[in-house]
Amino acid sequence: MRLTLWGTRGSVAAAGPETVRYGGNTSCVEVRAADGSVLVLDAGTGVRRLGAALRGETGRVDVVLTHLHMDHIQGLGFFAPFFEQDREVHVWGPPSTTQALRERLTRYLSPPLFPVRLRELPCRLILHDVPLEWFEIGPFRVNAALVCHPGPTVGYRIAADGATIAYLPDHEPALGIGSMPAAPDWISGFDLATDADVLIHDAQYSVAEYVEHVGWGHSALTHTLAFATATDVRCLVTFHHDPEHDDDTLTRLLEEARAGAAFPFEIVPGTEGLSIDLSDPARSVSIAGAR
Amino acid sequence: MAQKAVELILMRQLASCLAVPVFLVDPEGTLLYYNEPAERLLGRRYDETGEMPASEWGTMFTPTAEDGSPLPADELALSVALRKWHPAHRGLIIRSLDGVTRRLAVTAFPLEGQGGRRLGAVAIFWEERPS
Repeated sequence: MRLTLWGTRGSVAAAGPETVRYGGNTSCVEVRAADGSVLVLDAGTGVRRLGAALRGETGRVDVVLTHLHMDHIQGLGFFAPFFEQDREVHVWGPPSTTQALRERLTRYLSPPLFPVRLRELPCRLILHDVPLEWFEIGPFRVNAALVCHPGPTVGYRIAADGATIAYLPDHEPALGIGSMPAAPDWISGFDLATDADVLIHDAQYSVAEYVEHVGWGHSALTHTLAFATATDVRCLVTFHHDPEHDDDTLTRLLEEARAGAAFPFEIVPGTEGLSIDLSDPARSVSIAGAR
Repeated sequence: MAQKAVELILMRQLASCLAVPVFLVDPEGTLLYYNEPAERLLGRRYDETGEMPASEWGTMFTPTAEDGSPLPADELALSVALRKWHPAHRGLIIRSLDGVTRRLAVTAFPLEGQGGRRLGAVAIFWEERPS
């Protein structure tokens, strides 16, 4: 299994010279199994470049959404496989108690917000409510569970080829907890992340910023590090960078968090274009850094 | 120990921020959490009791009806909310673990998650004081 980060920014795309190192596109991660099957985690603006990279491939593509906030779906209308005749595209989204996934996505993918209607896409589009349990997509075993973030939002645990990743891009496990971490069974997302080879997790704020944004559904970097420690992961990828954080700020925040602390896992700053190959038999994490 | 559903986690987090006494149970009635204001009413800290089956917490406060007659555990508002899956309210008298007798009003309601998942129930307590 190989991960490639196509968008690591949170909230809104932040393109510019000040974000060129870590990237400005919003959430999108490609997960590719050894047999070539592709899972796309979220469809932020990063999914446009991923779609271009998939041109020439003909296999089924599954886009798995954590939630329908704009920074996680904005790239859908620019995802090349949507416009390929006979390409089979499955989109999975968290269930709602009031509206089907098609209705909710159509609010964006229809005029006046977008010129092309969902029903007009030439691909063979199949929409699914994500089961809140283990299910299978090709070679991937996927577990979805609701996590702490405003609105119906799920995190994912994905297993394939003997490796496991956890993806919680928008997550505030510290909400209302006096000290993080709490008892494991009272930590949102704990079962999804525990013992994962790679955890991709929200790390939007500094501690000072978090205090000003409690309840917004995101984590301070220190909370992310505490969550990764509690869940005993092997590698943490920081993700959903605040659009106000330029490259130097992100580097500084990570260096400050690392200073004087020894973490029992590797810390990888979420960087657009970066790949992590989990195919090593020893499951050591290798970083290709293909930017 | 299985992780709690996020709705229960959020309910606990909300309860921990409230000044109103709150008691949270799972679908079997097992006590999952009560907040600091409830600790004052019940006379013991949650950290000392931890999780507890309904058969235990349902009797340890020796609940009685408002007329002083015994109140079986399955007639407590929380038990009714779980059994009938419907909000329930009643007045009762308890003997707290600190030895104080208290007259309470209790409102309980079921917690149902998406997809009809039965997650448990919540009770809100109010101490009735002579006016």
